[in-house]
Amino acid sequence: MKIGVLALQGDFEEHCVCLKNLGIKALEIRLPSQLEDLDGLIIPGGESTTIGKLATDYNLLDPIRALATSAAIWGTCGGLVFLATDVGRNQPTLGLVNMVVERNAFGRQIESFEEDLTITGIPGGPFRGIFIRAPRVKRVGIGVDILCELKDGSIVAVRQGRLIATSFHPELTKDTRVHEYFLNIAAQKVNS
Amino acid sequence: MEKGTDTVKRGHAQMLKGGVIMDVVTPEHARIAEDAGACAVMALERVPADIRVHGGVARMSDPGLILEIMETVSIPVMAKCRIGHFVEAQILEAIGVDYIDESEVLTPADEQNHIDKTKFSVPFVCGCRNLGEALRRIAEGAAMIRTKGEAGTGDVVEAVRHARSVIGEIRRVSGMREDELAAFAKEIGAPLSLVAETAQMGRMPVVNFAAGGVATPADAALMMQLGVDGVFVGSGIFKSGNPSQRAKAIVKAVTHYNDPKILAEVSKGLGEAMVGIGVTQLPESERLAGRGW
Repeated sequence: MKIGVLALQGDFEEHCVCLKNLGIKALEIRLPSQLEDLDGLIIPGGESTTIGKLATDYNLLDPIRALATSAAIWGTCGGLVFLATDVGRNQPTLGLVNMVVERNAFGRQIESFEEDLTITGIPGGPFRGIFIRAPRVKRVGIGVDILCELKDGSIVAVRQGRLIATSFHPELTKDTRVHEYFLNIAAQKVNS
Repeated sequence: MEKGTDTVKRGHAQMLKGGVIMDVVTPEHARIAEDAGACAVMALERVPADIRVHGGVARMSDPGLILEIMETVSIPVMAKCRIGHFVEAQILEAIGVDYIDESEVLTPADEQNHIDKTKFSVPFVCGCRNLGEALRRIAEGAAMIRTKGEAGTGDVVEAVRHARSVIGEIRRVSGMREDELAAFAKEIGAPLSLVAETAQMGRMPVVNFAAGGVATPADAALMMQLGVDGVFVGSGIFKSGNPSQRAKAIVKAVTHYNDPKILAEVSKGLGEAMVGIGVTQLPESERLAGRGW
C-alpha cells in the first residue's frame, strides 16, 4: 500500500512516524508527480493558508482533487480546513468535503485543549483529542457523516465516502487507532 | 477539558514546522506576510536591525500594536518579552498572543534568571547557542527552541554556528552509552532527564527553528538542510528591496529546501537583500547572542 503525506508545511513528520510505527513507509509529497499511484494521502496539521498557497503555486490542487476519486484522503486540523468546500473566507481549498468550517473556532492558542473523545468507528474506549487553535465543522452537506462531536455539539470529525477530516491531532498521540482506521479505508481500493 | 498542557504548548510549535515566521511592525506588514505564506508572525515595534540603530533599552512592544496585528491576520501571532521580565510575559498572555519569545533581541531585565515558563498557559520560544542552553530553557518550560544567531545583521554565520553546535551535540549524545549521559549532562549544564530524552529521541525534544541572520532563500534552505524544523526571518524581509516577493521566495525555499532547481528558480530577481553587517565587524558589546546563559 502506497501512502503519501503532504509535506508543504506542518507536522507531516509526526504523521510519517505514526505510519512507520504501523509498518508503512510514507512518502513526503511536495510536487504533483509524487502523487502517482497513491492509495492514500494525509494532509497534516499546519497553517491552512500556507498549505493552500504552496499547493496553488506548485499546481497540486487539481491533481489532489483527481486523486480523491481513487484514493483515501485524511486531513487533520489545517488539513480539515484545506479539504472543506466553505471556510467562510477567501483562501484556496480543495473543496472536496461538503462542509462549512470555522477556523480557530475555539479561540487563540491559550484556549487550545485536550479532551477524551468517543469516535464512531474507533472501538476500544476514549481517544485523546488534541485541539490546537482548532477548527470545527459548523454544518455538513449531503453524504457527510459525523463521526465525533464535543459535549457542546461542535462537530470535530467527519467522513464523506473515503475522505475523512478531524479537527484534532491523532499524530500528536501514541494512539494509532485513527491512523489504522484510515489505512483500512485506503486498503479497500487495493482489494476491490 | 484541559488547557495549557505541555502537549498543546509543544504541539502548537509542531504545527509551525516546515514554515517561516516573519517579523512584522505594522498590520500592513502582517498582511503581506500572511499573503506570502508565513505560518506565523512576530509582532514588534522595531525589527532587530532598527533596534541596533536606535540603541537604548529595547522593551516589549505596545500591546495596542500587537492587538491590531492580531486582528488583521488569521495566522498565529507571537510577541517578544525581555529575558526574565515575567510581567511583560503576563501582559502578553493577557492580550492573548499565541506564543511568547523570551528574547535576547530585547534588553535583558534579569541577568541571573529566565522566566519560569511553567507558570504560564501560553507557550514560550527561547533562543540558544548550544544544546545545554536549549535544554536549560526547556527545563524552565520553553515549548519551542530557536538558534540565537545574530539578529539584525543579515549575516547567517552565527545561526549556522549555533545550529551546528546543537545538532552536533545531539548526534554525540545519541551515540552515548547510558552510563555516559550523567557526565555529559554535567558538562553541558543540563538536567539529566532531558539529556536522556534527547539521546533516546535522537533530536531536540521540542521543535527547533533557526533564527538570527537569515536574509535569502538560500540561507533559509541552508538552515533546513543542517536539520532545523523551520525558520524565523526578522529584518531580512522588510529591510529588503521587495519584501513581498522575498517573503514568498523564502516560504518556498523552506518547503523545497532539498530541491536546488526550485531554490534557483525562487532566488531569481528578488532585488536587493538587506544591507547587512558582518558579524566579525561587530564589537563584543553589540552582540546580542551573549545575552542569557
